[in-house]
Amino acid sequence: MLMSLACIVLGVGLFIVTQATTRGFEEFFIKTILGTDGAIRIQDEIQATIRSMAASNSGSGFQIAQKEGRKYVEGIQEPRLLIEALHHFPNVSGAAEVLRGNLTLQSSFNSASAQVFGITLEEYLKVSDLASQIVHGSLENFRNEPEGALVGQVLAEHLQLAVGDSFILKTNDQNCRYRVAAIYETGVSEVDRIRVYLHLSATRSLLQQATGASYIQVNVFNKDRTPEDALQMERTLNHNVTPWQEREKTWLETFRALSLSTAITVSVFTLIAGLAMFNTLAMIVMEKTKEIAILRSMGYTRHDISFIFIWQAVIVLAIGAILGWMLGAGVTYGVSKIPLPLTGIFKTDTFVVSWSIWHYVEATVTAVIMVMVASLIPAYRAARLEPGDVIRGTAQ
Amino acid sequence: MTASADNLTLRCENLHRFLGQGEGRVHVLKGVSFEAHRGQVYAIVGPSGCGKSTLLYQLGLLDQPDDGRIWIKNQLMSNSDDAARTAARGEHIGFVFQFHFLMSEFTALENVMMPMRKLGSLLPEAMSERARLLLDAVGLGGKTHRRPTQLSGGEQQRVAIARALANQPAILLADEPTGNLDQANSALVFDLLMRLAKENGQAIVLVTHNPDIANRCDIVRPMRDGVFV
Repeated sequence: MLMSLACIVLGVGLFIVTQATTRGFEEFFIKTILGTDGAIRIQDEIQATIRSMAASNSGSGFQIAQKEGRKYVEGIQEPRLLIEALHHFPNVSGAAEVLRGNLTLQSSFNSASAQVFGITLEEYLKVSDLASQIVHGSLENFRNEPEGALVGQVLAEHLQLAVGDSFILKTNDQNCRYRVAAIYETGVSEVDRIRVYLHLSATRSLLQQATGASYIQVNVFNKDRTPEDALQMERTLNHNVTPWQEREKTWLETFRALSLSTAITVSVFTLIAGLAMFNTLAMIVMEKTKEIAILRSMGYTRHDISFIFIWQAVIVLAIGAILGWMLGAGVTYGVSKIPLPLTGIFKTDTFVVSWSIWHYVEATVTAVIMVMVASLIPAYRAARLEPGDVIRGTAQ
Repeated sequence: MTASADNLTLRCENLHRFLGQGEGRVHVLKGVSFEAHRGQVYAIVGPSGCGKSTLLYQLGLLDQPDDGRIWIKNQLMSNSDDAARTAARGEHIGFVFQFHFLMSEFTALENVMMPMRKLGSLLPEAMSERARLLLDAVGLGGKTHRRPTQLSGGEQQRVAIARALANQPAILLADEPTGNLDQANSALVFDLLMRLAKENGQAIVLVTHNPDIANRCDIVRPMRDGVFV
């Protein structure tokens, strides 16, 4: 029983810890990507191709829009109209148009490929965490300076740019000089390495695009409802709408697989707990056959006998689960204090953990299933013992 | 209904029982019929292997006959399902075995309370009170909180008798109740059984090899080769 108890404690505790860390990183990643690219992205107008379908009586004029027949017109022609329409969606907390273009950035020391993102600052702050991502300089500099730019930390380091330095953005047609108003860091290396934020008007001038936008970035109140919202937006606005779950599918699937694999790995402890419980109870049934028989002779039913053994498992399980919760909570707290400087898909200085009651529930349910299944077999065997056979074997 | 029929608590008719399988299959009970009335003590005697204990387990509904019928308090039980047989055991039958079969994890008092807990007809305080009375009656009033390992063989068997009487059963079945005791304790345990049976009007059926004990019973039924002789 002690081994079974120890394995339940370890199984439940480690299950909680692994789920807290994997889900912690996953949630932190989601927070980062929502703070960088928003919850929903609207881009490319849908130009549905209408195909005629032949009805039995020709000349019916019946037509149907087929998904595979869709065509997309790149970009957004009327971003202001779309943003106005988006504000009618109750879950939308903000929407910002973004004009994007590829170019070369040249500093006094070096040059690199970059992507310019033209934004209206106040709008963009409502759909991103840009304000909290500034590591050098200030947004105020950017706000007050028409030729100001926000440069990613990695790109700034690569080009040896500091706040106040000027640089040139080169397109095929023109070169324009800008000044670093602030340096930001999202922690997502793909973003920090390539992205330069400019004012929308400056970007229009640079890219020579007087109207339209590349996409609209949308933020929402409830991030879990975005797939439904995206579907509704796509139908209503007739544009390609991508929720964050679809946009970041690869990473999310990776996190999910990691979470599942660690859960399976640590469930081995619970499995051993189940096997130990099975072994212990099977031994007890063998040792206590006389007692089982005498209980049956007193009027205890088969169900009562099963219940005695299951009750033993439940007590061990309950103690193990409570100790496991304590172990899990303690280790999770300890892990959250371990220094772990990380950048790449997000930026953190310590282990990121998630505190959720569901980790405790999942760990307990796993232990309950394994231990109870393991205890049912000996309990059933105990209940099937015929008292006459047992006592006869002893008495004669 | 006649007075005799009214007193009839246990009856079996033409019981057959086979034990073992294949070539080892033995016809242990060969059409046994038996009756027990309240307030009477019956001794079933005979050589080892003649079917005494097998008959006792049949009468106590611990085992099912291959053929024949058993009535407990005029209710046919031989064809009933496990739940009904279990309920009848709890309500009407008390068992005393050669080995006491006490639960070593529990005290004498708790052991005696076990059948009462299952029957559930008394409140916990009343159960405890009755268990004390029974232990007092078997001379163990001062040892109610001792565990079986802290009692002698004779004392353990007396606790087993108290336990068998816990639910005031109409029938007390005892399989070699003194078989594991010395002469002094055998006499003590048997006297106790006789006294309680007479006081409570229970039918007692006991299997024994001890001729002294058998001779002190009201009725002696010798068995040989699976039948009464």
